[in-house]
Amino acid sequence: MSEIVLETRNLVRDYTTAGGMFRQAKTVRAVKGISLKVEKGKTLAIVGESGCGKSTLARMITMIDPPTAGDLIIDGQKVDTAKGVSPELRRKVQIVFQNPYGSLNPRQKIGDVLMEPLIINSDLPASERRHRAMEMLKKVGLAPEHFNRYPHMFSGGQRQRIAIARALMLNPRLLVLDEPVSALDLSVQAQVLNLLADLQDEFGLTYVFISHDLSVVRYIADEVMVMYFGEAVEYGTRDDVFSNPQHEYTKTLFAATPRTDVESIRARLARKTAAA
Amino acid sequence: MALLEIKNLCLTFDTVGGKLKAVDGISLHVDRGEVLAIVGESGSGKSVSMLAVMGLLPWTATITADYIRFDGKDILNLSPSDRRKIIGKDIGMIFQEPMASLNPCFTVGFQIEETLRQHTDLDRAARRRRAVELFRMVGIPNTEDRLSSYPHQMSGGQCQRVMIAMALACNPKLLIADEPTTALDVTIQKQILELLVNLQIETGMAMILITHDMGVVAETADRVAVQYKGRRVEESDVLSLFESPKHPYTRALLSALPENATGDRLPSVSDYFLEEEAVTGGAA
Repeated sequence: MSEIVLETRNLVRDYTTAGGMFRQAKTVRAVKGISLKVEKGKTLAIVGESGCGKSTLARMITMIDPPTAGDLIIDGQKVDTAKGVSPELRRKVQIVFQNPYGSLNPRQKIGDVLMEPLIINSDLPASERRHRAMEMLKKVGLAPEHFNRYPHMFSGGQRQRIAIARALMLNPRLLVLDEPVSALDLSVQAQVLNLLADLQDEFGLTYVFISHDLSVVRYIADEVMVMYFGEAVEYGTRDDVFSNPQHEYTKTLFAATPRTDVESIRARLARKTAAA
Repeated sequence: MALLEIKNLCLTFDTVGGKLKAVDGISLHVDRGEVLAIVGESGSGKSVSMLAVMGLLPWTATITADYIRFDGKDILNLSPSDRRKIIGKDIGMIFQEPMASLNPCFTVGFQIEETLRQHTDLDRAARRRRAVELFRMVGIPNTEDRLSSYPHQMSGGQCQRVMIAMALACNPKLLIADEPTTALDVTIQKQILELLVNLQIETGMAMILITHDMGVVAETADRVAVQYKGRRVEESDVLSLFESPKHPYTRALLSALPENATGDRLPSVSDYFLEEEAVTGGAA
């Protein structure tokens, strides 16, 4: 069995709303005990609708938020986010956010965007940083002349490439992708998905891929977890989950996905003629 | 006769960098009771051409067309006040961001009744009754209570239902839906699409659905127009579009759907354009 890059055991996260003189503080349990394991070079997709806790889970895995309870184990090493995280561990896990327009600083040139993680997390000299940023630009399908441009000069797909490049600057082991293609056009989405697949092959990256789009998940994932109100209602290999969904919610989700095959269009048109 | 007919529509925006041609000679028509889907990616001019019909473009836009005829009247030559009598009454529109298109300062009930006050001569009680009836139609529970809620108290799907109710308030002949489900979850998307399709069949109105999602097209449209970079590249009925797409761009769009993936990489649009250039010798 190959090595496990990420493991969580009963991860829980509570959020407390601010109480006041007239109001009791309320606790919302956003993630209710999630356990998962991801092997090196594999992709785990987490599916669920807005508010089901999938992004909260992502924030805990990337060590942005500490879990309320449960264990987070990265590369066989137990992590206690609340007590502080070593730079070495920070390098191992990187994240790409959903909105490529909101996640890049509009006043920062692309070169600086890419070099900043190196400044913070390594002690490489400036020339080496520059060299690595140039290399990375080429890897994600951009050109060296993009180095001195600002984010507003790029399209959505290009910005998402930049965000991916930034995440890869530190050679992470694990990449958390929080809805990386939901804001993109279909054709651009295909390019970014291909890029992710290429990079996974090249660097042996492990992905945690968060999405609400089942067709994308079916294409990219090795394993799938379906979340509903903070709980994992379904967890298994892609083929198991897609061919034999157990939970009611998963079935609803599949039924809600639009169908594009010719037979179902024909059936719909027939229904419509019958109704009219 | 077609309900809406657009002939040779061109749209130019004045920008700092000079003139930008967003729409380049688009013609389309919608018949009564028909669902037309306009598909294309961002920047293909699908939204702005409909905004031009609605007269909602900023002053930097220059609209030229042979004619934009709605119900026999050329709306390009109408005076602004005559035009306002049609917009919102005979043509309703739903926008992409339900949360952002409702006014946060007023209750949703007030916003629906405002439309009725503008376009009908119903009195206050009748307007309220109509609003209740509309809310039932679009499937909002606890109708009476919900009318006095503010947009931020409702979920995204509910807000979109309110938008639909508002667009339908005056029994429009044409409903333009601009990416009505893009911001919503799949389960909610399914509900909203079903609602739109059922309402369309019930009321017999025509519908123009602007979207970039081929799945939404497959679930709703009768006829499809594919737009690319401000031009129309293909138009056909929905079945033949999915069965045998003619234009390389349409084929590219369909094969870029992850569910149609055959190998371990998805084909991208540029692959198809290279193929086309090889055939036409770069003339395309």
